[in-house]
Amino acid sequence: MAELSSTLLYIAFIIYLIATLVFAMSLSDKKGKENKAAYTRRWGRVGYVLSILGFISQLGYFVTRWMASGHAPVSNLFEFTTFFGMMMVFAFILLYGIYKTNALGVFAMPIALLVIAYASMFPKDIAPLIPALQSDWLKIHVTTAALGEGILSISFVAGLIFLIRVVDQTSSTKKTKMLEIIMYLLLCVFGFIVVSAISAAAGYETSFNFTDKKEQKVELTYNVPALVGPPNGTQADDHFGPLVASPSWMNGEQAPRKFNTFIWSLLTGGVLYGIVRLILRKRIAAAIQPKLMNLKPELVDEISYRSVAIGFPVFTLGALIFAMIWAQEAWTRFWGWDPKEVWALITFLFYAAYLHFRLSRGWHGEKSAWLCVIGFVIIMFNLIAVNLVISGLHSYA
Amino acid sequence: MKKKQRLVFRSILLVIIAVAVGYTLYSNVFNDKSGSVQKGDQAPDFELTDLQGNKVQLSDYKGKGVFLNFWGTWCKPCQREMPYMQKEYRNYKKQGVEILAVNVGESRVSVKNFADRFHLSFPIPLDGSREVTKAYGIGPIPTTFLVDKNGKVIEKTSESLSNETIKSFMEKIKP
Amino acid sequence: MKTIKCECGHSNPFGTEICESCGKPLTNENSRELINMRYEGSAVRSQTYNKTIVDKIWNFFSSVKVGIWIIIVILIAAAIGTIFPQEMYIPPNVDPTTYYKEEYGTPGQIFYLLGFHNLYGSWWFLLLLAALGISLIIVSIDRGFPLYRALKYQRVTRHESFMKRQRLFAVSDTGISMDRVKRVLAKKHYRIKEDNGNILAEKNRFSRWGPYVNHAGLIIFLIGAMLRFFPGMYTDQTLWIREGETVAVPGTKTEDGQYYLKNHKFIMELYGKKDKEYSAALDKTGNPVPKNYQSNVTLYHAGPSDVVGAKPELKKERDARIKVNEPLSFNDFSLYQVDFKLNEFHRMNLKLENKKTGKSYGEIKVNLFNPKSTYDLGNGYKVEMVEYFPNFKLDENDQPTTENSVPDNPAFVFKMFTPETTKGETAFIGIRKNVEAADNKYKMSFSGIETKNVSALTVKKDNTLPIIIIGGIIFMLGVVQGLYWNHRRIWIQQRNGQLWIAAHTNKNWFGLKREMQNISEESGLVMPIDQSDEKSA
Repeated sequence: MAELSSTLLYIAFIIYLIATLVFAMSLSDKKGKENKAAYTRRWGRVGYVLSILGFISQLGYFVTRWMASGHAPVSNLFEFTTFFGMMMVFAFILLYGIYKTNALGVFAMPIALLVIAYASMFPKDIAPLIPALQSDWLKIHVTTAALGEGILSISFVAGLIFLIRVVDQTSSTKKTKMLEIIMYLLLCVFGFIVVSAISAAAGYETSFNFTDKKEQKVELTYNVPALVGPPNGTQADDHFGPLVASPSWMNGEQAPRKFNTFIWSLLTGGVLYGIVRLILRKRIAAAIQPKLMNLKPELVDEISYRSVAIGFPVFTLGALIFAMIWAQEAWTRFWGWDPKEVWALITFLFYAAYLHFRLSRGWHGEKSAWLCVIGFVIIMFNLIAVNLVISGLHSYA
Repeated sequence: MKKKQRLVFRSILLVIIAVAVGYTLYSNVFNDKSGSVQKGDQAPDFELTDLQGNKVQLSDYKGKGVFLNFWGTWCKPCQREMPYMQKEYRNYKKQGVEILAVNVGESRVSVKNFADRFHLSFPIPLDGSREVTKAYGIGPIPTTFLVDKNGKVIEKTSESLSNETIKSFMEKIKP
Repeated sequence: MKTIKCECGHSNPFGTEICESCGKPLTNENSRELINMRYEGSAVRSQTYNKTIVDKIWNFFSSVKVGIWIIIVILIAAAIGTIFPQEMYIPPNVDPTTYYKEEYGTPGQIFYLLGFHNLYGSWWFLLLLAALGISLIIVSIDRGFPLYRALKYQRVTRHESFMKRQRLFAVSDTGISMDRVKRVLAKKHYRIKEDNGNILAEKNRFSRWGPYVNHAGLIIFLIGAMLRFFPGMYTDQTLWIREGETVAVPGTKTEDGQYYLKNHKFIMELYGKKDKEYSAALDKTGNPVPKNYQSNVTLYHAGPSDVVGAKPELKKERDARIKVNEPLSFNDFSLYQVDFKLNEFHRMNLKLENKKTGKSYGEIKVNLFNPKSTYDLGNGYKVEMVEYFPNFKLDENDQPTTENSVPDNPAFVFKMFTPETTKGETAFIGIRKNVEAADNKYKMSFSGIETKNVSALTVKKDNTLPIIIIGGIIFMLGVVQGLYWNHRRIWIQQRNGQLWIAAHTNKNWFGLKREMQNISEESGLVMPIDQSDEKSA
């Protein structure tokens, strides 16, 4: 059952990949005999059906893994992040159903793919539930929160499309630079996956011995070559050695390893970005822009807003209300200012501010799109950084 | 007319909010000792048995001043003030001041050995289950309450007391 | 009071932008821009008075801009507070004044000095939350009531420039059946009002109240949170209870009496070989993974008593199993499994033996929480306990003493009496520390130890929960109501032999346009043009 489950996940991943390519193709300029609109519509439909098929396959992964493990597979970082990617796809299916915009698929599907690939970097074993997680609220709270975050992510996707479409690319400005930074960061995630996958395939390992702040001897194993070593650490083997030591104020014994991986991601992202720029010979966003010229900015703006309008209540219900009910049962209090709780609140407040900007102060279009980008950064921060950097009660997922 | 009504309405609403917020702030930030017995409170009545197996009930001492001390044999500051307490107990017992030295959660053997070593003659009620300790909201020990003849707490301190302080305390609660 | 009289005869409150009745724009009348339909152009109350200090405070909080700023400041402060752990999450036995500096260096020290270590309970954070609450109340009052008025008194026939300056607008020559139009609109769930052959079709007006409903929910929620600080609303206590012990549950004393709890057994289960589905993960961590923490208890109740400590008469309420995620609830209270201590020493068995022959003359069982002073073994054999140190250590003068009253490292001084040694021999017995006179003929030796588990339970009462829950439900209803529906209106008017059509929605124009497309296909009505498109194109 567990094997069937991971096979279904691979299949879903591949179908998503194909769907992405199909959506990208539907925007291409190569007009054959048929007219442009019909071509776009036809391939858009194909991409949409593929997305749904992929989603069904991933749903199959979810159900079979649930059967194999005996609990909803949302209990560790691999399972949760995979599920979050699946909810992004679901949200995309939902919004494409309303607005039928192919460009949404070109961006939403690869970002969902990145999320799922990122998830597969975490340990994939079926893990038992500690007592605190043994509750029906685990599935209710986590799935609803992930769905909310998935829908809110689509607002980022639409916002990004809006920005690429409208930001003036004739000269280099702050806005074009920001857009390129977003592109670069997306490539960094890709870079992280590439580096981790290559190292894993090569079976690379190097380990360090060092004394941590609590005066305890720790052995730390890196899976990628060490650019950054632990403070005052000695390498146990003769692999490529660290160039510098990581700052000693970083928290937790795993911090040097995480910091090293982080540096690798930034570097690989940089290399990838450089290669893409060399090929395109212009800014990435500038290269994409012409493909989007048929798109009405108002429509994309509305998709972005609609995603927030749909996702905000779902997020609030899952990440705050259900979370509070569970926290009252498991931790004796519905609210305890745990970092993950605080970041859920910050996400909530941010989107509340977004809605007020939009409804009461008339922030439409570009300003609103930039806000959606920031919103996605906050969601990602809560998803990744809070778990990996800030320690708290939610350290397992 | 309507304008005036509006002003009144706004004023009332703002005052209500200000009072509610003020109270919340006060009780949250400046007053976190809720649940424990404080100076000015009525001392909660309790019943325990002492080392000799006699029943000790606080309300039996109505009309007398009570020097109510919570302590443990392992606590050095408690140990330091015991001889002074014993000394002043001798002087003030006749004047209507009683010492109740409630031991927090220890066994009779330990307490008895301790009492013998320091020749303590005042009643030592044993709070094995710490119920009384909890009811009084004791944090660190030693903690001493001065209970006057009406059963009211007129002083609370968590310091190790000097002979002089104990003496002045005795004077305070002398009926 | 100053009013603005519109040409239709309606008196509008000062500050109104669009006449409440006919919809004629009252400010920049001659502009051709689309009108701003926010709050229906009704006068936001605060903008009308600004004289007394009360009005000034009111006006400050009435601004949505101020509200947004409050949200953003809370957001940033809350984020900073998560950089390092809050004081409540650092180890309990460390001093925060030095902890932050030692653990996190200078940034940690700054964090501490600025008070971020206790951010969420600090006066200024609470004041920010209070400011948010005040803003919610005042903003809602100031905008909700005028909006209600405006939507209640809207007239079917609107002013010419109101129509022209709507985003969706078209003019066509008459010649279609108005009955058919009405039928189509009704089919789409529009409510239709008529006046002189003009039509106002409207649906989902209730979604306009969404923001006010969710604000009300939030206010109730905040009131609930505030009530926690009022006496009697909230209890939070910890109870350590050993197996076999019966104790009063702290914080549960009421006028009807007091609850007591007996802990029969504390159970900890680990995942093991039987849990095959997890074997891969378990092998990898190598550490035991807990499966269950559970206390089997009996709850008792005793009648009222004014005296603490007196032996009460216990009435059994029920048996229960308290697990993580499954608290025991009774009355207003809940008991949660929060912590435990395994294998605490409870009883120690020692034998009186002849040193030379090793012969035993009987065994004593010392209850470490309440040892006896004399243990008589019969036949003239007797052991006296001279000293007892539950948690033995040597103090700074190398004198034996005890760390506290918990028997983690028990040690004793015994005096042993036998028919042979009637004066008694003294021996010090501790764990791996025995001191005795060399010429002693008898000794005490360990023969066994009994341990018990200790369970830590949290006692909780929170009478604010119902209010918090109601606030949460109202908030959710309001948010859904406001965001999942949109308020749509279509005006159709006969003017100078032409048919004027205008349409408005508070959001989601794409959906409205699609619906208008449908309506025009079914009824023959001309499809209105999106005037904002024309402008941008």
